[in-house]
Amino acid sequence: MSDLALAPRYNDAVVKKFVIATVFWAVVAFLVGVILASELAWPSVNLGLSFTNFGRLRPVHTSAAIFAFGGSALFGTSFYIVQRTCRVRLFGGEALANFIFWGYQFFIVMAALSYVMGFSQGQEYAEPEWHLDLWLTVVWVTYGVVFIGTVFKREEPHIYVANWFFMAFILTIAVLHIGNNLAVPVSLFTAKSYNVASGVQNAMIQWWYGHNAVGFFLTAGFLGMMYYFIPKASGRPVYSYRISIVHFWSLVFMYIWAGPHHLHWTALPDWTQTLGMAFSIMLWMPSWGGMINGIMTLSGAWDKLRTDPGLRFSVTAVGFYGMATFEGPVMSIRDVNALSHYTDWGIGHVHSGALGWVAFISFGALYYLVPVLWKREALYSKTLASWHFWTATLGIVFYITSMWVAGIMQGLMWRAYDSFGFLQYSFSESVSAVHPYYVIRMLGGVLFLAGMLIMVYNLIQTVRSPTTDKREAMPAGVALAGE
Amino acid sequence: MFIRHETIEKNAFLMLLLTLVVISIGGLVEVVPLFTIETTVEHVTGVRPYSPLESRGRDIYIREGCYNCHSQMIRALRDEVERYGHYSIAAESMYDHPFQWGSKRIGPDLARVGGKYSSDWHYAHMANAQSMVPESLMPHYAFLAETVLDTDDLVKRLKAQRMVGVPYSDEAIANALADLRTQADPAADNAALLKRYPKAVQVGRGDGPATELDALVAYLQVLGTMVDFADPANENLRQ
Repeated sequence: MSDLALAPRYNDAVVKKFVIATVFWAVVAFLVGVILASELAWPSVNLGLSFTNFGRLRPVHTSAAIFAFGGSALFGTSFYIVQRTCRVRLFGGEALANFIFWGYQFFIVMAALSYVMGFSQGQEYAEPEWHLDLWLTVVWVTYGVVFIGTVFKREEPHIYVANWFFMAFILTIAVLHIGNNLAVPVSLFTAKSYNVASGVQNAMIQWWYGHNAVGFFLTAGFLGMMYYFIPKASGRPVYSYRISIVHFWSLVFMYIWAGPHHLHWTALPDWTQTLGMAFSIMLWMPSWGGMINGIMTLSGAWDKLRTDPGLRFSVTAVGFYGMATFEGPVMSIRDVNALSHYTDWGIGHVHSGALGWVAFISFGALYYLVPVLWKREALYSKTLASWHFWTATLGIVFYITSMWVAGIMQGLMWRAYDSFGFLQYSFSESVSAVHPYYVIRMLGGVLFLAGMLIMVYNLIQTVRSPTTDKREAMPAGVALAGE
Repeated sequence: MFIRHETIEKNAFLMLLLTLVVISIGGLVEVVPLFTIETTVEHVTGVRPYSPLESRGRDIYIREGCYNCHSQMIRALRDEVERYGHYSIAAESMYDHPFQWGSKRIGPDLARVGGKYSSDWHYAHMANAQSMVPESLMPHYAFLAETVLDTDDLVKRLKAQRMVGVPYSDEAIANALADLRTQADPAADNAALLKRYPKAVQVGRGDGPATELDALVAYLQVLGTMVDFADPANENLRQ
């Protein structure tokens, strides 16, 4: 009996590691979010320390949410999905997979430490300095090699739709990361660099990067997740193959153009702003194509929403995705943006995507994956998962609605004129006016974090429950496909 | 259909190649012309590289993440122009590596904060923002006043900026440390400093080495002051 026959068919060890990292970083990201929300409600919460200042801590929150939590979820689920949909083990063996895991975790920890210690490139969502950027490039290219290598050696003739999205995500993030981080360091031993682009060109490149971090990291990658876990959990095939094709190609083509809507009315030339606006509005259609494809997959299996809490998260996530991808095009219209830009409306919009879509679709995947990966019969408690669902949903509602009110109020106060034709409000009056909404937002964050902690308990108890693994009783080498 | 999608989804190489083509178009169309179209950055007089002290102040602005709460981009909207001053033009950030236009106003825009308040006001405000503006949410930056500014790699920093296109002359680099000290000492003779860096504001109390707060205040005091919008020579900023 060869060693090969004894080895499990797929490398699930690395998936398990990423699942644990996802849960851990989710707690960190949400906790730092609550601290930051509290600092905005009561500034003295930072205790007057330099490394807990809002300016240094906010990148910790955004990086922890997007790259640590979201990234770990994407690595883990993409490795799980690509092996099963290609029916082969991960390309590159244990060593490369483990290098990706530990290399990426190292990147996250170093990035977070560097922000609070005062190292930053000063570009949103691209704060890590050049040493870390280079390290991330190495890890990312390895990820691409392992993922794409697995697709190349697949035993299925077709590449499954989830993998189209994962490949586009991996490829585009590599292009964006390198393009936006081209910088000249002060010296080899100084964690300080100056971006090669400046001013208006730098702004355009930054938001080409920034918006497509949303488009490819937070959308394409998570759509890959949607295309696997919703059909799996509902036991139904993807609603429409044709929509998959049309929505994939139109989404990846159009997203790249949308960056300039972050720069409306600025010194960016009008032609670029107009292009960005036009494509952002068009983007509504492929986005909703994806939403329809995800939700309609439940046709004939809607009853499972009552019995499967993981699926409930996934489907609600797609609903939030539809809402956020409608709100986005609206906000990208120049005249709406004149009001919404620079205000908390943008913060609310981002969180309806980040909490409602990214986090919820990940929660759905986690509730599905943990019992499967640890070979437990079922989740420890469906009741607790329901509590998580409603607590988190209520938290999102608090968050989004308070930010809508605060943002629109700020926008209106800044442009209000009195009867003599003077500006009616000072800036500081707009700061005082939003205080109650900042408190409500913080409470929304606390609810979301509380839901997360319920999930942590539920998953730990699931892992601690008795195993249902029958592998020991089986003859070696029996395929455990389709699990 | 000209090609069956089956062909693409059975060929990983083809799929990757097509994806790369599709994702490249938008970025190329929007970014490349900004480097080639002459009118993207206006030709105005007055915009100059940051003085050594201002540049170090800008490093600290970035380090502390000020852009998370403050924009530096006055949009071409009536209320913004009345509140903050002339709308920002591209030329004003042409030496900003990276740009700091920001995307959120938890605090007010700073694109033209230079000269709006006295330096004394800034020192008091940075130490305790609520002492000057009770409603403020800004953290306290008293520690900047207690931290001596690191000038060891000043020349390397200016040279790195020169490599990415900021026109620091050899003379400017040779005099970097002297210029920095002059600007951080209100009693020092600033003729040479002003010749190289017009409108540079002297800050500090001249009671010891420059602090990080001196650098930051020098930076804030020059923001938005370089271009004289009343100067008829700047007419061609109207494209």
